[in-house]
Amino acid sequence: MRIALAATCIADAMFPQAPKAVVTLLERLGHEVVFPAAQACCGQMHVNTGYLAEAVPVVRNHVRTFAPVADGEWDAVVVPSGSCTGSIRHQQKMVLERAGLSSEARTATAVSARTYELSELLVDVLGVTDVGAWFPHRVTYHPTCHSLRMLGVGDKPERLLRAVEGLELLPLEQAEGCCGFGGTFSLKNADTSAAMLDDKVADVVGTGAEVLTAGDWSCLMHIGGGLSRGGTGVRPMHLAEILASTREAPVHPGDRQEVAR
Amino acid sequence: MSDARTEILSRIRTALGSSTPEPGTVSTAVPREYRSLGDHAPGAAEVLDLLVDRLEDYKARVHRVTAADLPALLARLLAEVPASSVVVPAGVEGAWLGALADVEVRTDSREAPLSATELDGIDAVVTAARVAVAETGTIVLDGEPDQGRRAVSLVPDVHVCVVRTDQVVQTVPEAVRLLDADPGRPQTWISGPSATSDIELDRVEGVHGPRTLHVALVS
Amino acid sequence: MSTFLGMPATRAGRGPSPDAAPGTLGGVGRPEDPLHWGATFPHAAKAALANEQLRRNLGNATSTIRSKRARVVGEVPDWEALRDAGSAIKTDVMARLPELLEALERNVTARGGVVHWARDAAEANRIVAGIVREKQADEVVKVKSMATQEIGLNEALAEEGIAAVETDLAELIVQLADDMPSHILVPAIHRNRTEIRDIFLERMADAPPDLTDVPHELAMAARAHLRRKFLSAKVAISGANFAVADSGTLAVVESEGNGRMCLTLPETLITVMGIEKLVPTYRDLEVFLQLLPRSSTGERMNPYTSLWTGVTPGDGPQEFHLVLLDNGRTKVLADEAGRSALHCIRCSACLNVCPVYERVGGHAYGSVYPGPIGAILTPQLTGEKSDLPYASTLCGACYQVCPVKIDIPSILVELRAREVELAGSSPDAADRVWKAAMKAASYAMADGARFRRAARLPRALRAISRHGVIRRLPFPGSLWTRSRDLMEPPRQTFRDWWAEREDDR
Ligand code: SF4
Repeated sequence: MRIALAATCIADAMFPQAPKAVVTLLERLGHEVVFPAAQACCGQMHVNTGYLAEAVPVVRNHVRTFAPVADGEWDAVVVPSGSCTGSIRHQQKMVLERAGLSSEARTATAVSARTYELSELLVDVLGVTDVGAWFPHRVTYHPTCHSLRMLGVGDKPERLLRAVEGLELLPLEQAEGCCGFGGTFSLKNADTSAAMLDDKVADVVGTGAEVLTAGDWSCLMHIGGGLSRGGTGVRPMHLAEILASTREAPVHPGDRQEVAR
Repeated sequence: MSDARTEILSRIRTALGSSTPEPGTVSTAVPREYRSLGDHAPGAAEVLDLLVDRLEDYKARVHRVTAADLPALLARLLAEVPASSVVVPAGVEGAWLGALADVEVRTDSREAPLSATELDGIDAVVTAARVAVAETGTIVLDGEPDQGRRAVSLVPDVHVCVVRTDQVVQTVPEAVRLLDADPGRPQTWISGPSATSDIELDRVEGVHGPRTLHVALVS
Repeated sequence: MSTFLGMPATRAGRGPSPDAAPGTLGGVGRPEDPLHWGATFPHAAKAALANEQLRRNLGNATSTIRSKRARVVGEVPDWEALRDAGSAIKTDVMARLPELLEALERNVTARGGVVHWARDAAEANRIVAGIVREKQADEVVKVKSMATQEIGLNEALAEEGIAAVETDLAELIVQLADDMPSHILVPAIHRNRTEIRDIFLERMADAPPDLTDVPHELAMAARAHLRRKFLSAKVAISGANFAVADSGTLAVVESEGNGRMCLTLPETLITVMGIEKLVPTYRDLEVFLQLLPRSSTGERMNPYTSLWTGVTPGDGPQEFHLVLLDNGRTKVLADEAGRSALHCIRCSACLNVCPVYERVGGHAYGSVYPGPIGAILTPQLTGEKSDLPYASTLCGACYQVCPVKIDIPSILVELRAREVELAGSSPDAADRVWKAAMKAASYAMADGARFRRAARLPRALRAISRHGVIRRLPFPGSLWTRSRDLMEPPRQTFRDWWAEREDDR
């Protein structure tokens, strides 16, 4: 398959190890990955903060960039983030319609119909749960709110993790509880956000895992920041990073992406 | 300035704008894919077992009897209270109370009602019921002469409710459709004795309504 | 306006925060505007978070009710079909509201009831006070009702010399402590048993002096305290959970029997009801009487549900008044995106699952409607600028449990957009900074080439990182680093890596 990668703005700028891992993983599975360079952001931050007018150019750029998937130039778009996939699927059309851009809203719907969060792409579209990964570590999984409730990915990420050789998956208490990130919520309601984070960090530490994984670096940035502040030693890693790890090219917990230069 | 009624109705019409449909049209098709019938017929053994289980779960005391044994059961339950007085709605079958000894029986009806204070001085009440819902452990009274005024089944501290097995349906919709024949009757739906969860969301049985609920399930 | 009675405002138009409230029992006092009181949400939340006792009480209570709800909902094989029906019935009600209200009025009147219409809180309070005065009653018994909380009826009656006695256990606790409710269903959820015992001992004259904090004993003390009032009250006031348009039937769903007492024993009954609480037909109750109890108390059915239609000669109140209340509801209705907030059946499931509510409690919302539903309903009812639409992470737990499928997260986003519009003309510096930041981000994120440059900017922060993390940033970054580290930005962005890789090929 030819798969277009929507890297997400936050991973592109801050956590490139996740989209890199997606590339490694999909190429290993025999697929071609393209990265349309015109992409920037899906518009979620603007929409969720209420800046709908400011979201319009951002959303338009995303839709235009990925429009070729609707014409069959690529087979699918993959997004290593539950919340960005959710925004693409449930918000972009609304933003464009409100701005009176009805034909672009239709394109947005067509693009979103072929846009998948990573675990959806792997399990539903590519039909694999065992991706041939090797990761001999104790891992716990946090189902991020949007992948869980907006997308309904269910246990797909856990099925992928259970198929990883050497990986010990430890159950997380109150897994479905929000970590308190909520985008700008973490700034506008910093105290409440921190209280939620404390509880999540305690639950993660309680698992005894070395690695906390999730399908979204925005939540991982939040929980990871708390894990680091608490001196817990638990490392945040994106699901893609674990799935990219093999015996031949192992990824170690805590490794940054400083492979190039 | 217009009156409140006119103004509120006009505010609503303005708020709805052009989306106000013509009167009498159902604007939205309501999907009713939910169960409107149980898996079992009213009075079936499975339905009765379910009712008993659900009533007991909420601390009602259930007694399964034949019609012939009902008077003896009622006498025993009232002696257990112990009740020196009992009130019954005027339409209750006289035979039910045939086995009582040393209990003052008061009768109440819409035409000759007892006062709240009088009811407060009576130890127990015996009524019939209109329908019972097994899945939720609910008994419905609809104010007919054998079920009495609402106050009667409320003020005395012990309520003995007599339910015939053929009155027990499995689901809520089955009961509602039965009651729909006379929606104007005052109804009381009772699911166990009164209770509160207001303190730390811990359920405590017995507050203002009858603290003891006996259900006599008569076959 | 909206300041505490007799207390100066600390912020523009708002009263002191809950922790600074009067009353030895920690009650927050009765605000002048029940839809807008206390400190701003972030401030009030901060104070609430510092209260360890409150957090324990809330944590225990919400986790108890969450698991009860999940258990009894899991028992119902057609739960989703019931939600679909409930949602569609409410959509239909809103679309046909004028017609259905007129039908309700006709049917209630035909059965001997009197229907009143009230545009706002003041008008509703005047109507109720007028009826009570006419009955020459100086005390009325009340069933828990959100509508009467919303209009501040008790305070309005007090000004007329009429004492309104709350008879629901939790409402009684709140009233005795000079407090405000903090939950729709369990208004005293912020109190634990020991606090409740102390409130009873101090404020309930006939409380047994050796009262313990065993819930059963506390409930019995309330029973004894209220018994005489029920038996002698001339007038009762209630709300309504449902009103059936085509039969004129009203329904009150309750647990303790205080509702039955109020709805049955007094000669006169006054019911105050929001105009949105309708269902078209009696049969529609088969949907809502399944959805409501399981969603609210986590019971298969609540102990008591009373249904009455006008006046039944010889049974129950012989005089019945129904007050239909607007008080901002038509404003909510006018907003197509937010309209479905009026579908709410006040089950409070969304509060119990909300991670924000669970930690800060109800008072932080500064409204009788707290939690997720309060965050969308309160600002729509008042039409004022509000920080409540931001009091959510948009985690979606509320939408998942709502028995009438109100998409609360989407409405929150809509309301945030409205806040942004309202802030457009605001002189507030924070509003202007946010706007400027969002505009700049919009410019940078609407084009791949521009984003390529913007994405490299965080790299500068590597200068202050130690061991891969940044522990301290200046404001506003300090809002983040106060409680969490920021991971060190990479040397190279993903797209720069990709471009390099392409070049190498
Ligand atoms: S919004 Fe939904 S979940 Fe929340 S109280 Fe209303 S009906 Fe219940």
